[in-house]
Amino acid sequence: MKLTLTVNGTTHTSEVEPRTLLVHHLRDNLGLTGTNIGCDTSSCGACTVHFEGQSVKSCTMLAVQADGGEITTIEGLADQAQQAGISTGDQDWHPMQEAFHQCHGLQCGYCTPGMVMAATSLLEENPDADEGGVREGLEGNLCRCTGYHNIVKAVLQAKGGA
Amino acid sequence: MTAVMGTPMLRKEDGKLLTGEGKFVDDIHVPGELWMGMVRSPHAKATITSIDASGALAMPGVQAVHTGPDLADMGLWIAPLPCAWPVTPDMLNPPHFPVASGEVHHVGEIVAVVLADSRYGAADAIDEVVVHYDSLPAAASVAEARDGDVLAHSDLDTNKAYHWPLVPDPDALDAAFAGADVVVAADFVQQRLIPTAMEPRGVLAVPSPHGGDITLYSATQVPHILKVMAAATTGIPENQIRIIAPAVGGGFGAKLNINPDEILALTLANKLGRAVRWTESRSEAAGSTHQGRGQLQHIELAADSNGKLQGVRVHVDADMGAYMMLITPGVPLLGSFLYTGVYDVPAFGFTCDGYFTNMTPTDAYRGAGRPEASYAIERAMDLLALEVGVGPDEIRRRNYINGGEAFENHEAASTLVFDSGHYGPSLDRALEMADYEGLRAEQSRRREAGDKVQLGIGMCTYVEICGLAPSRALGGLGYGAGGWEHATVRMLPTGKVEVVSGSTPHGQGHETAWSQIIADKMGVSPHDVTVLHSDTAMSPLGLDTYGSRSLAVGGVAIAMAADKVVEKARLIAAHQFEAAPEDVQFENGSFSVAGSPSSSVHIQELGFAAFAAHDLPDGIEPNLQEQVSFDPPNFAFPFGTHVAVVEVDEDTGGVKLTGYFAVDDCGNQVNPLIVEGQVHGGIVQGAAQALFEEAAYDDEGNITNPSLMDYLVPSTMEMPSMKLDSTTTPSTTNPLGVKGVGEAGTIGSAAAVINAVCDALSPHGISDLEMPASPQRVWNAINRASGNGEGGAS
Repeated sequence: MKLTLTVNGTTHTSEVEPRTLLVHHLRDNLGLTGTNIGCDTSSCGACTVHFEGQSVKSCTMLAVQADGGEITTIEGLADQAQQAGISTGDQDWHPMQEAFHQCHGLQCGYCTPGMVMAATSLLEENPDADEGGVREGLEGNLCRCTGYHNIVKAVLQAKGGA
Repeated sequence: MTAVMGTPMLRKEDGKLLTGEGKFVDDIHVPGELWMGMVRSPHAKATITSIDASGALAMPGVQAVHTGPDLADMGLWIAPLPCAWPVTPDMLNPPHFPVASGEVHHVGEIVAVVLADSRYGAADAIDEVVVHYDSLPAAASVAEARDGDVLAHSDLDTNKAYHWPLVPDPDALDAAFAGADVVVAADFVQQRLIPTAMEPRGVLAVPSPHGGDITLYSATQVPHILKVMAAATTGIPENQIRIIAPAVGGGFGAKLNINPDEILALTLANKLGRAVRWTESRSEAAGSTHQGRGQLQHIELAADSNGKLQGVRVHVDADMGAYMMLITPGVPLLGSFLYTGVYDVPAFGFTCDGYFTNMTPTDAYRGAGRPEASYAIERAMDLLALEVGVGPDEIRRRNYINGGEAFENHEAASTLVFDSGHYGPSLDRALEMADYEGLRAEQSRRREAGDKVQLGIGMCTYVEICGLAPSRALGGLGYGAGGWEHATVRMLPTGKVEVVSGSTPHGQGHETAWSQIIADKMGVSPHDVTVLHSDTAMSPLGLDTYGSRSLAVGGVAIAMAADKVVEKARLIAAHQFEAAPEDVQFENGSFSVAGSPSSSVHIQELGFAAFAAHDLPDGIEPNLQEQVSFDPPNFAFPFGTHVAVVEVDEDTGGVKLTGYFAVDDCGNQVNPLIVEGQVHGGIVQGAAQALFEEAAYDDEGNITNPSLMDYLVPSTMEMPSMKLDSTTTPSTTNPLGVKGVGEAGTIGSAAAVINAVCDALSPHGISDLEMPASPQRVWNAINRASGNGEGGAS
């Protein structure tokens, strides 16, 4: 099937099998390998991207379901922030990426892109989230390294700095 | 320059990982690659009667289907998958080939391999390979294997793989128990766990287009060990194999093995001259990646009437699973020396029987033997406290080595020598942070009020063995390799520093920590340091990352190599100053002559002098590069005290971990930020064993919860924020005084959490509860204790 997606501001038209998962299309066809796959049951959230401004697990959508839509992946998050007038600092990072760095909110880094995408979406939906709200908002994203302590701290710091 | 070591420097690794630029194996592609798909046994034990691949072969894009006998005939391997730790000379070790022939021995064992030209094509082809089996009764638990009525392997006449004793003084042990006022005996179950690194395993084997050599990318913790073992298994000459561990998404021991898929990709790519790849699916991992724990423990404590320990006797029945993998049989041995914990115990004995079962092989999982040991002794100490009628803190204080005061070089009854310890302050501080008195008061209040949500407080003082380590000691235990680590440090002509390490990170932050060590040793900015690792072409010598060994062995090797570079540079500086080397001092990266500090040269300037070599002292070779293989004289023994606070809802049996306080001592710290991160993650993995996780097998050997829908890796909602502190008792084993911290959290936390749950339930007379303490198990225990029977199987 023919499919058109705007990913990180660039429009791609591709031919895909109807069954292609969005995450496989992003990774294997468009080469955007920052979005990771950690499970096969929509449980871990490593594949979280923004579709039409909302976080979705891209393993749980068919690519064709996203036809005509706009997607932001971890690779495009900082650019998107910049366009929205948010300072991305010397490193050209979204404030959430900076907060994860400052708070040691990542170790192996595999869950990190999904975690950052979920966290930015969480704060957009709930800008006043307290620790409980952050924990609730990230429930669908699993991390095996950090015990979540520093991830929660990072999201709260990003909220404070926003 | 101010000290960099010991400061919470932010990680150099983060940038790539935060922006999606980190390249994991599944992110790397080469033209013409073939996708492997594994046809796996749905039976725990069965005879393969036929395999019909014609349907798969007729599918577009399918290149080949190979069965075990095919691959053996093709000469694709010369030896079975290796077990590097034959713990006894007569240990049984049935051959384990990458693909089964004849009989399968666990669900998930590979029976055929398909090669297709796409990810989805390989998945489709798997379904079209028709395999017929005659299923056989399976040994589906270690208890069943021990009974011996069902054999895990038809061609063995027993399930018992080995018997391993560690009883240094049997007479003393018998006398301790004969003379004891109090004997406490307990049985504990260490359930099987699925390690669940967030990145599933994966491989990509790429033959050189020019022939002659082959590169294997693997999500592994052990590229160097894999290189040796891949050569020994496939017959491809070792000097033609290059292993690269790119970004690796967590390991926890699960990527410390030589797996069928790694060997298959390598040998098939080598044979076909085409790249071959495979990425594990999460649900597949329960059968394709080894599991952890799996032990039945029996522990007995002998004590006097005051609860002072006289002896500890332990027997473990260990679940090997279907095959001996890299260090499967050795895992219980790693724990064996720790069953006396942090206590002064005059007499000790440990025995272990290893049994084959028809389940996924077990092997190292975070802590590997040591969490099991710590759990047994720390649970048993709480039982002893109940028996003697003192608090859990008091029973520990009465028994700490050297009365809880600082010590060095304590010879334990297990024969190991603990390098250093100071246990009392860690307990004091942990109880203070937790407001122990306040918690006890709140607990009493709830008990008196009959509150349906009861409070429990549990503690654990652990010690662990890390920094694996002395090659002689490992050899004495029958391990097939050494425990040294290698480092090269070179000052480049432009003053930048390259560190080559044989230690292989997968989230630990080595690039940052090693840069800090170099910064301190050489007086350069940590940002002028690059760390090269995880590629056997770049870093040819190494023994990789496991057993909390990276800093205590690999980091020390780096520090020692840096010292050697400084000493060589001192000779060049002295030559430039026309001074004697002993008169040249080195401070903050600069050499100067004692008494005339105005003339100085920075070590980074000497990089070019050593490179140009126009004017070096006689007998000094060009270049500033030194290397060290460090083999420590002893292990390192980190320790700490953890306090867990739980709320137990007596109506539902639900347990909520509401507070966690940990004081860990890993000797001198290089980066406290990284230490804290390691402890946080470790605590949650141990708490997850206590409360949530279990690889559940049915009576026929089927795993019933292979996916993350059913296997309960904790989320943000199950864990509280934690409060950490540390004490510092330098190791005497190495010149940096460092220990290790990668596994400590896990080693301390499971016992602390279950002790807390049992503490909450103690008014019911409940003194033990099997892990994981699920709501159903807790609810049943309460009802059983109240004489109300059970609501169902626990």
